[in-house]
Amino acid sequence: MKFKTLALAAMLSVAFTPGTLAERGSSGHVNIIYWQAPSTLNPYLSGGTKELEAASLVLEPLARYDETGSMVPWLAESVPTVENGGVSEDLTSITWKLKPNLKWSDGSDVTSTDVVFTWTYCTHPDGGCAQNEKYNDVKNVEALDDLTVKVIFGVPKPFPYGPFVGAQAPILQAKQFAECMGEKAPECTEANFGPVGTGPFMVKEFRPNDVISFEANQNYRDAAKPAFATATLKGGGDAAAAGRSVLETGEFDYAWNLQLAPDVIKAMEAKGKGKVVAAFGTLVERIIINFTDPDPALGAERATAKHPHPILTDVNVRKALSMAIDRNLLVEIGYGTTGRPTCNVLPAPAIYRSSANDACLTQDIEGAKKLLEDAGWKPGGDGVRVKDGKRLTLLYQTSTNAVRQDFQALIKQWWKEIGVETELRNIDASVFFGSDPGSPDTFQKFFADVEMYANNFDGTDPEAYMSNWSCKQAPRPETQWQGNNMARYCSQEYDGLVAEMASTGDINERARLAKAMNDKLMQDYVILPLVDRGRVSAHSNTLGGVVLNTWDSELWNAADWYREK
Amino acid sequence: MTESALPAAHDPPPPRSQWLDVWDQFKTHRGALWGMGFFVTVLIAVLLGPYLWTIDAQFIDIRARNQGPSFAHPFGTDQLGRDTLARVLAGGRVSLAVGIAAMLLALGLGTLIGLVAGYFKRLDGPLMRLTDLFLALPLLPLLLVVIMLFRDSLRSAFGPETGIFFLIVFIIGITSWMQTARIVRGDVLTLKEREFVLASQSIGTPARRMITRHVLPNVLSPIMVSATLGIANAIITESALSFLGLGFPSDFPTWGRLLFDSTDYLQQYPERVLWPGLAISLTVLSVNYIGDGLRDALDPRIRGR
Repeated sequence: MKFKTLALAAMLSVAFTPGTLAERGSSGHVNIIYWQAPSTLNPYLSGGTKELEAASLVLEPLARYDETGSMVPWLAESVPTVENGGVSEDLTSITWKLKPNLKWSDGSDVTSTDVVFTWTYCTHPDGGCAQNEKYNDVKNVEALDDLTVKVIFGVPKPFPYGPFVGAQAPILQAKQFAECMGEKAPECTEANFGPVGTGPFMVKEFRPNDVISFEANQNYRDAAKPAFATATLKGGGDAAAAGRSVLETGEFDYAWNLQLAPDVIKAMEAKGKGKVVAAFGTLVERIIINFTDPDPALGAERATAKHPHPILTDVNVRKALSMAIDRNLLVEIGYGTTGRPTCNVLPAPAIYRSSANDACLTQDIEGAKKLLEDAGWKPGGDGVRVKDGKRLTLLYQTSTNAVRQDFQALIKQWWKEIGVETELRNIDASVFFGSDPGSPDTFQKFFADVEMYANNFDGTDPEAYMSNWSCKQAPRPETQWQGNNMARYCSQEYDGLVAEMASTGDINERARLAKAMNDKLMQDYVILPLVDRGRVSAHSNTLGGVVLNTWDSELWNAADWYREK
Repeated sequence: MTESALPAAHDPPPPRSQWLDVWDQFKTHRGALWGMGFFVTVLIAVLLGPYLWTIDAQFIDIRARNQGPSFAHPFGTDQLGRDTLARVLAGGRVSLAVGIAAMLLALGLGTLIGLVAGYFKRLDGPLMRLTDLFLALPLLPLLLVVIMLFRDSLRSAFGPETGIFFLIVFIIGITSWMQTARIVRGDVLTLKEREFVLASQSIGTPARRMITRHVLPNVLSPIMVSATLGIANAIITESALSFLGLGFPSDFPTWGRLLFDSTDYLQQYPERVLWPGLAISLTVLSVNYIGDGLRDALDPRIRGR
C-alpha cells in the first residue's frame, strides 16, 4: 500500500513537472516535419539547411549560438577568449577543452582525436567538403591531451570561432569516418546516413529524402534528457501541408520554415492547434546572377569560369534588373509581417548593416529602361532588347514553392516591362538544395542565368559568410560542384577585402570591412537581395521548450523539448 | 468521333450508310450526346475563347488580386491578380492539345503493334513481350528522368514550352499504347479465323491488302473507344505532372497547374480550385461518355436492337 502511494506520488510528480524533473524518454514520441527532405545526415557533404538541421539532432559542435546570437559552450567546457587565456595574444591559436566524460552514442569516449579528425576530414584535398570555409586559414589542429585541442591558424584570426562552432561544423567520430576520407566520402553510405553522435538522439533508421527515425541517445551527457524517447523527422511535401499538419490537424509537433503567404498562415493558426513562432536573423531571399555561361552546348565546361556569361557580365544589365524590382510589393505579397525589404545581403547584426544601397527600395522602371538604352541595348521587334545579336533573355530558376513562384511571375512581368524576356523554371526543393553532384538541377551547378533562394549564416560573425563570394569558393567540376559562390563572381578587390578581414581584430574595423564587402557585392549587382525574412516555424500547443533560434539550427535545443500535459 | 456523324447526314433514307446507323444508335445514348455536346463546347471555347476574352492569361494586375467573380473578371482573379477565366481558357488549350496529341500517338503505335502482332504469328511473341515491358514501366519516375535528361536539348531546339510539350506528349504517348495494342491483337486473332478472311486468303490477297481492307475496318470499334479513353488519361497525366510542379514553366497555365496553385488557398478562396477542377473532371467525364456511346454504336450486335 505504502509502496503504491509512493509510486503514485512519484508518477504524479513526473507528470506535473515536465522538462525539469522528467526522466529520459518520459514524454514519448515527437513528430517533426521538414518539408524539404534531408538526403544525408553528414553536414560536411551538403550545403542544405535541411541536412544541417536534421544532423544537429545527432552531431554537435564544441560551441554554438543561442537565440540571442551569443555563443554558448556545447561540447566544450567554456568558450575560449583572450581574457581567459583560451585564445593566444597574437590571435593565431585557440585552445578548446572538452567536457569530461563525454560519450558517443555507441558508448565510446569522445576525445580530442575526434576533433582533430573532423578537421582532417573536411580539409582533405580530394574531398568536396561543403563546410570548407569554416576551416579557412587553419594551419594545424593538434591534440594536447585527451580533452584538449589546439587550433593553429596561419594568420591572426580575430574571430577564431569558425572551426567546430555552430551547426555547420560539428564533431564527427574518428572511428566511424576513418575510411571515408577524400573522394571516398560520398561512398560511405552507412556512416553518412547514420553518423554516431553526441547529441540527444541517435539514428535508428534513415531513409534518404523521406523519413528519419531517431531514438534517445542513452549515453547523452544529461541523464534526464532528452524527454522524448523517440523522434521522427518526416521530410518532403510542401510548406502548406507541413503547416497544416501542425497548426490544423495536430499530426506533427514541429514544422520548420513555413514559407507561406501571410493570409494562409494566419488562417491556419486560427484553428488553435499550434503556435506560429517567428524571429529575424540573417536570412535573405536573393536573386543570384550567373557570371558564367550555362549554355548546354558547352558540355562539361558549362557554367564554369572558362566561359563568361554573354549578357550578364554587363553591369548595366544587372543593375537594370535590380532597379525594375519593387521589393516592398514582394514583401507585401509573400511575407507580410514576417519579412522586410532589404538592399543588403548582410542585413544583421546591426553593426554590420550598410545603408549605402537603400536606393534599391524604390522601384525605377523608367530609370532601368534608360540605363539599358544608354548601354546600347535596343528593343527588337518583339520588345526584347538586343545588342550585337545577343537577346536579353534569361532562364530564372528556383525551388518549387508557392511564394517563390509568385515572386517569379511578378519579377518576370517587371523585367518584361524593361525589355527582358524571362523563362521560369521551378525545381523540387529536395533536388534543388540537395547538393547531389549527379543532378543537373542543384543550386550549386546553377545551369540557369539567374536563380532565387534564401540563405543565411549561423552565428553572429559574418567573416565566413562574406568569404563565400571569393574566387576559390565557386562551385566547379574540380570541387565536385561544392562551394558557396554560386554566382562564380571573382574579383581581386573582393578577395583582398576577405583577406584583410581575416587578419583584422578590431570590431569596428571588422564592421567597416564587412560593410565594404556587402557594398561591393551590391554595387557590382552580383546578388539582388529581395527580402529579409524572419524565420517562421510552428509548433503544436503540447510541445514545450521550443526556442526559435535564427543563429543556429532550429533544433539546437531539442534535448530540452518536452510534452506539455 | 465527331466526324463520324458528318458524312451523309442529309442523305435520303434508301441507301442507308453504315455511319448513319452508327449515328442513330449513338443518338439513343443520352450520356454520350451530352458528353459530345460538352466536349465540343469546351473545344470551341478554348480554341476561340482567347480571341473573344482578350485579357492575357499571364498579365499580373497586382491591385486586382484575390477578387471574387465580377463583370471585369467573371471567374475572379488569383493571388497575383491574373484573370482566372483567361487562365482556364489558355490552360484548356494546352491540356486538350496534350490530351489529343498524346492520344493520337498512343493510338497509332498501339494499333500498329496490335495489328502486326495479331496478324503475323512470328512477330507475336516478341511484340507482346515488348508490350509487357512497357506495361511494367512506371510513368511518373520515367517522366522525371526523361525531363531531366532531355529538357535542355529540347529547350534549345524548340523553346521552353514547345520543347516540354513534345516531351510530355511523347512520354504519355509511348507509355499508354499497350492497352490498345493488346485489345487490337486479340480482335485480329479472332478475325483471322473467320470465313471471309479465309476466303480472301484463298484468292491470294497480299497481307497489306488483307489488313487495310478486311482487318482494320473490323477492329475500328475498340480503337475508337480506346482513343476516347486515351484522351482522358492523357489529360489526367498532364494535370498530375503540373500538379506536382513539373512539366511546363510555372507561369504557363494548364489546368493541372491552376489546380496546384489554388490548393494553398483552398480554404480562403474555394472557388479558385473549382474552375480548373470542374474543367478537368467534366472534360474527362464527357470523353468517357462519348467512348461509352461509341462502343455501343459501333458494335453491330448491339446496334439496331
